Amino acid sequence: MSDAFADKTRSTNIRLAGFGGQGIVMAGYVLGHAGILDGGNALQTQSYGSESRGGACKSDVIISEGEILDLVPPGLDVLVAMSQPALDKYLPNLKEDGILVYDSDLVKPGDCTIRALGLPATDIAEKTFGREVVANVIMVGCMAGLTGVASRNSLRAAISESVPPKTVDMNLAAFEEGFNRGAKQGRNAREDKE
Amino acid sequence: MREYKHKLLGYLRREILPTTHCPGCGCGQVLNAFVNAIDDLEIDPKNIISVTGIGCSSWIPSPYLKCDTLHTTHGRAVAFATGVKVIRPQANVVVIAGDGDLAGIGGNHLIHAARRNVGLAVFLVNNYIYGMTGGQVSPTTPFGAVTTTTPYSNAEYPLNIAEVVAAAGANYVARWTTYHIRKLIAAMKEVLQKKGFSFIEIVSQCPVSYGRRVGLRDGVAFMEYFKKSSVGVGTAENMSEEELEGKIVVGKLVERHRIEFTESLRRINESCQKRASGE
Amino acid sequence: METARARQYLSGLSGKMRFALGDEAAAYGALVGGCIFFAGYPITPASEVAETMAQELPHVDGYFVQFEDEIGSIAAVIGAARAGAKAMTATSGPGFSLMMENIGYAIMTETPCVVVDVQRSGPSTGQATKPAQGDILQARWGTHGDHEMIALAPNSVQECFDLMIACFDLSERYRHPVIFLMDGEIGHLRERLTFPNLADVHLFPRGGFDPADESGLIKPVREYGKGEAIHITGSTHKEDGMRDVVSQDVHESLITRFYAKIDRNRKNIIRYEERFMEDAETVVVCFGAASRAALGAVKRARNEGRKVGYFRLITIWPFCQEKLAGIGRRINKILVPEMNLGQLAREVERFVSVPVVRVSKIGGVPHSVEEVYAAIVRETS
Ligand SMILES: Cc1ncc(C[n+]2csc(CCOP(=O)(O)OP(=O)(O)O)c2C)c(N)n1
Repeated sequence: MSDAFADKTRSTNIRLAGFGGQGIVMAGYVLGHAGILDGGNALQTQSYGSESRGGACKSDVIISEGEILDLVPPGLDVLVAMSQPALDKYLPNLKEDGILVYDSDLVKPGDCTIRALGLPATDIAEKTFGREVVANVIMVGCMAGLTGVASRNSLRAAISESVPPKTVDMNLAAFEEGFNRGAKQGRNAREDKE
Repeated sequence: MREYKHKLLGYLRREILPTTHCPGCGCGQVLNAFVNAIDDLEIDPKNIISVTGIGCSSWIPSPYLKCDTLHTTHGRAVAFATGVKVIRPQANVVVIAGDGDLAGIGGNHLIHAARRNVGLAVFLVNNYIYGMTGGQVSPTTPFGAVTTTTPYSNAEYPLNIAEVVAAAGANYVARWTTYHIRKLIAAMKEVLQKKGFSFIEIVSQCPVSYGRRVGLRDGVAFMEYFKKSSVGVGTAENMSEEELEGKIVVGKLVERHRIEFTESLRRINESCQKRASGE
Repeated sequence: METARARQYLSGLSGKMRFALGDEAAAYGALVGGCIFFAGYPITPASEVAETMAQELPHVDGYFVQFEDEIGSIAAVIGAARAGAKAMTATSGPGFSLMMENIGYAIMTETPCVVVDVQRSGPSTGQATKPAQGDILQARWGTHGDHEMIALAPNSVQECFDLMIACFDLSERYRHPVIFLMDGEIGHLRERLTFPNLADVHLFPRGGFDPADESGLIKPVREYGKGEAIHITGSTHKEDGMRDVVSQDVHESLITRFYAKIDRNRKNIIRYEERFMEDAETVVVCFGAASRAALGAVKRARNEGRKVGYFRLITIWPFCQEKLAGIGRRINKILVPEMNLGQLAREVERFVSVPVVRVSKIGGVPHSVEEVYAAIVRETS
C-alpha cells in the first residue's frame, strides 16, 4: 500500500468575517490564491446574506501542505474580525492556541485570553490612503505578517491580479502597511518567547 | 398505390402521402400555401429547417415537407428553433404549430422569441381547439364555446395571440385565414424574406373536434364563415370593440426593422474579439 | 475548440494555474471540450457556470443565450446540438426538474449535449443556497419511460474541469445526453485549477465514428443542411427517422438499442477511485463533496490500524454494480456518507449482501472528517 495513511502536514484554518461591502470575500480569495502560489494547497468558501452591502459576510480559507479533505474544519487557527457581530459569533470557534486579528475601530474584543492583535485598519485606510475599501488588504497583510500563513510575494501577486489595474499601487501600499505592522508584532512575540 | 401528380409534389415526401389529417382539415391548405410560397421564391428546401411541436398542426411539415425537420416536444418548438438559428443563421428556420402548442403551453417561449427578435418564420395554425387530443378548450377558443373540457360553456375569453406577439416586439405580424389562400401565400413570402421574428396567425378549421360542436360541420362551412367574419385591418381601425365582436381582423398588424438577434450576437462577438486582440 | 480562433484563445490557458470556483472550472472544461453554445436560466449555485460562459463564449466564436426558463434552455441546447454545435446548459434542482421532458427528447433523438446540475438542498426551493446530493436518482429516472443514463460527479475543482471534458466526450461517443452531477459545495468552493497543455487534449469530433464502441449500435450523427431531408423526432421512429408510434416491434427495437449502446460500453464509461482496498474489511462508498471527508476519515482510521477502504464513484450512471458486487463479496460492511437520506446507499444495497450503513447528512452542511470517522469507529468496533 503505497498511499500514506495520514496527512501529517500542517493545515491552517482561517476565517475572515465582517459586513458585506468590506471586501471580505476578496480578502479570502487573495489569501487562498497566495496559498497556491506558495506551492501548497488552499481552499476557500464564502457565505453572505442576500444583500451585497451591509449584511453579515464570511470567508473561510484553509491553507495546507497536504490534501485538503475537511471542508468543515473543527476549529479556527486564525480569526480576522472586521465587525463586532462577526467577533461575537465566531470567537467561540477559535482554537485555544488560535490568533485573533481585529479592526480596532470596529471591534472591541473585551477581555479574552486568546492571543489577539488589534489594528485600526479602517482608520489607516481612510487617513493614509483616502479609501476605506483598502482596510481588507491591510487586515490580510497584518494577519499574514503576524502568522506567516502565506508569503509576502505571493500575496502581492494575488492582490495585483485581483484589484482594478488603476488601484494596484494603492492596494499594495496598504498591504505593506498591514504586513509590516503584523510582522513586527510577530517578531516581538517570538522574541518574548525566547 | 395511388399516383400523385402535381408540380409541387417534389417538395413533399410523396411516398408517405396521403396525410393523416382528417377530411376538411385546414392543415393541408397551410401546407399547400407554404410550398407555393417557397416555390415562388425559389427557396432550395436544402436551406429550410422546419421545427415543430406536438399537435395536428405540427404534423403539417413533420414529416410531409421534404426538408430537414426537428419534430420536438409540446410547446417548445420556438425555443428549439432559437438554438438552431443561432448555429445556422443562413438557414430558413420555420416553425409551424398549433394554438395550444404556441399560445398555450409554449406561450412564454413565443413572447420571448418575439422580444429577442430571433429570425424565425413562425406560423401559428389557430383552429381554436386542442385537435390532436380530441377537442379540449384552448387559449384561443371563443367565450361561451362548448368543448370536451368546457361541456357547458367556455368561461374564459380568448387570447389575441397575434396582438400579443406584435406587442412583444416581433418584426412582422399578420393574420390570415385558410379562406384567404392567396393573401396567405403572399404573406408567407414576405415572412420568408424578412429578417427578425416574423409571425402569421393562420386561422384554420378543425371540423371534427371543434366545428361540429359550434355548428360548422365541414370545411366548406368554415370557408363561408371565415369569408363572412373577416374584416381588413384598415376597416377594423374604424370599428368599435362591440362591432369587432366575433370578427376576424385580417392583414398585416405590424412591421418593424429591428436588428435580428443572431446578427446582434455575431456583432457582439466581433467587437469582443477586436477588443481582446487590442485592435 | 471548434475554430482556429477558439484554439488560439484557449491555448493561451495551457499550463496556467488559477484559484478557481468549481463552477468556473466546469465552464472552462466545457470550452476546452469544444462547447460553443450555452443556454440557461439563472439559479444558485449554478449561475457562475453561466456567467463564465457568457464572458468567454464570444472569444471562441460561441454563443450564450439566457432563456426565459430551463425548459427553453434545454430545448435551445438540443436545437443547437442538432444544428451542429457542442452545446450545454447548467442548472440546479428546480431547473433540473423542469428540464426532464426534453432530456428524454435528447435520449430519444440521440442528441449529444451536456446538462450540469449543481445540486442544492430540496425538494422545492428548500435551502436554496445550500449544497446537497439529492438529485442522483432524479438524474437517473427523472425523465419518463425506459432509458439509460450517463452521469458523472466531481469531488474537486480540478475534476470539475477534467470531467467536464469527459462529459462532452461521452456525450459525443454515445450520442446521449450526459449529466454532470456537481454539488453546491464543490461548485462554490475555490481551489487550484491547473490547465493541461491543450495540445494534449484530444476531443471526440461531432459525428465521429468511435472505434472503441463495443456495441456496434451507434451510428454517426446525421447533419442538417446537406439536402438529405433528415427527419428527427422524439416520437418512436424507424431507423430512417420516420415516426411509427404504433408498432410494438419498432418501439422495442429502438429502446433496446438505446439500452444496449450504453450497457455494452459500461467498462468504457464507468470510472471510480479506490484506495486502501487490498485488505479492507469495511469500505466507505461515496461520491462528490462527501467523498472528501470520507477520504480524510478513512486515512485517520487506517492510521489507527483499522482495515477500512475507500471507494468513490466518479461515474454515477451507469452504475458500477459489478465492481460493487465484487467488493461486497470480500468485506463485511459498507458505509455510505452522502448529503441526502440514502439515495446511493439504496442503490448499493441492491448489489451487495453485506450491511450498508447510511451516514447521511442533510441541511446544507457537508460532512466533517470527524463525523465520518466517528461512524467508522462505531461500525468497526
Ligand atoms: C407536455 C405535454 N402535455 C400535453 C401533451 C398532449 N398534447 C398533445 S397535442 C396537444 C394539443 C395540441 O393542440 P394544438 O397545439 O392547438 O394543435 P392542434 O392539434 O389543434 O393542431 C396536447 C395537449 C403533450 N404532448 N405534452
